Amino acid sequence: MKFCAKFNCIWPSRRRFRRLLFLLPSLAGVFVFVLLPFADVARRSFTTAVNGRWNGWANYEMLAGNQAFLLAVKNTLRFTAVCLPILIGLGLLTAVLLSRLPRIQTLKACYLLPLAAPAATVVLVWRILFADSGLLNGLLAKFSLSPVRFMESEAAFWVLVASYVWKNLGYTVILWLAGILGIPESILEAARVDGASERQCFYRVILPNLKPTLYTITVLSFLNSFKVFREAYLVAGAYPHESMYLLQHLFNNWFTGLEFDKMAAAAVCTALVMGVGSIGLKRLWDRQGSW
Amino acid sequence: MRRRMKQGLTLGGLAVLAALVCLPVIWVLAGSIKSSVELSDSLSPILLENGGRVRFTLWPLFPTLRHFMEVLLQSPSFFVVFWNSVRIAVLTLGGQLMVAVPAAWAFARFPSRGNGFLFTLYTVLMMMPFQVTMLSSYLVLDNLGLMGRQAAVILPAVFSTFPVFLIYRGFTEIPEGLVEAARIDGAGDWRIFFHIGLPLGSSGILSAAVLSFLEIWNLIEQPLAFLEDKALWPLSLYLPEVGLGQAGTAFAASVITLIPAVLVFVMGQDYLEKGIVAAAMKE
Repeated sequence: MKFCAKFNCIWPSRRRFRRLLFLLPSLAGVFVFVLLPFADVARRSFTTAVNGRWNGWANYEMLAGNQAFLLAVKNTLRFTAVCLPILIGLGLLTAVLLSRLPRIQTLKACYLLPLAAPAATVVLVWRILFADSGLLNGLLAKFSLSPVRFMESEAAFWVLVASYVWKNLGYTVILWLAGILGIPESILEAARVDGASERQCFYRVILPNLKPTLYTITVLSFLNSFKVFREAYLVAGAYPHESMYLLQHLFNNWFTGLEFDKMAAAAVCTALVMGVGSIGLKRLWDRQGSW
Repeated sequence: MRRRMKQGLTLGGLAVLAALVCLPVIWVLAGSIKSSVELSDSLSPILLENGGRVRFTLWPLFPTLRHFMEVLLQSPSFFVVFWNSVRIAVLTLGGQLMVAVPAAWAFARFPSRGNGFLFTLYTVLMMMPFQVTMLSSYLVLDNLGLMGRQAAVILPAVFSTFPVFLIYRGFTEIPEGLVEAARIDGAGDWRIFFHIGLPLGSSGILSAAVLSFLEIWNLIEQPLAFLEDKALWPLSLYLPEVGLGQAGTAFAASVITLIPAVLVFVMGQDYLEKGIVAAAMKE
């Protein structure tokens, strides 16, 4: 910041003007399409949907007592709590194994392929896999296990988890791999010279050095978890089994039903949680030291 | 010797996982060249609920390209939807780059007092899922009379802050000395931007383009909320409408939809990986 203050003295207003010229299109768009309308949404969250009259905290109170909202929040939290550890753990394991092999370009490409495949193109496969008379139940029958109604029971939740992990594994592996390959070889060499075993190297050297990577991956995986709605919606529609009814479904259904008062309050709450969360985590990273 | 064996085992395990991950896509490919008879026969348990179980072999009995001919030559609606996708992707991507590249340049090269706050704002906005901004986007689109038009999907996406963030990363890697040298030689801001910024920051720009394209090609939430007329939908939303009843057509259409995404993916894998890592790096 000191640096820029000095620069501002040399080129006072011209420089600032040029900067604004570069920034203006983006800034104007963000204001018109995001910030101003969101301020309007925040205002609406305190009014009634019908006549727009001031309503105080009533919408928020309604939200707190709304069964669908509570169910959606519970499911979204549960989904996150189950998915993140599975994805992050599996990603780490894969990345550690990958880092020991010489040529990994093709393998990486395989893991990343689901990221490139639009949800719509694999929906058919999902239906064939998870139908009551589908492939997975056929597999279960081969091992003489009883069939599962994947889309009509608690199992729907796990179908969602599986498709999330499938889609995001490559992303996570790439991030872990970057973290692992970023650890200076000299540290590992030094540990080996001191007589550390492979296992000790992993737990004492590699893992502690990956801590900043862990923060990053957690945040990004959490954000990507909202996109699981695509698969969920395409496979199970707007009203899936209640174990996989997420916040995304709720927003979508409120939008279709024009229930803007509840939607505004819920949008403000979600934005607050996500905003405070991401700024808080950024603070944490900044304290962690560099990559 | 033991080391060799260990490496072989690792490779084996990872290859099995990779095959498992790729399997759904391979199934789609296999389905697209199976004959209609074979498909309806093997899928009949789902379609007719006759109590049997689906069998779905990886290799077709009689490979055929018929479904592709049908989709490409005999279904005009597919063409309409395909071009919808292309139009949305090209316009969004073009708009994004035109807006985001200069903005990223401003953040990277003109440090000023407001920078920190604005940049944090951009990062926070980048992290908001679509559902949070759904209502606000609707309000502004409705005001502008854009609801129900493809512009309703394109315009808000153009001002996404994610590309700004990625391209900014690329620009910050340009050595300050280079820019200073050009300035001393008399190059103006625009020349520096076009002759130093764009070429040296191209890797960041390409990363943003690859990630953006894959995202746009997979668009579902936005057209679902803002486009009522199915004739305006992109492939990513339209495809599931073709049910299992016409499995052959559905699989072939899926493969055709996959092709552009996979092409971009294969050509841009390095940029994609760079982009993923750059998006995650701390400042």
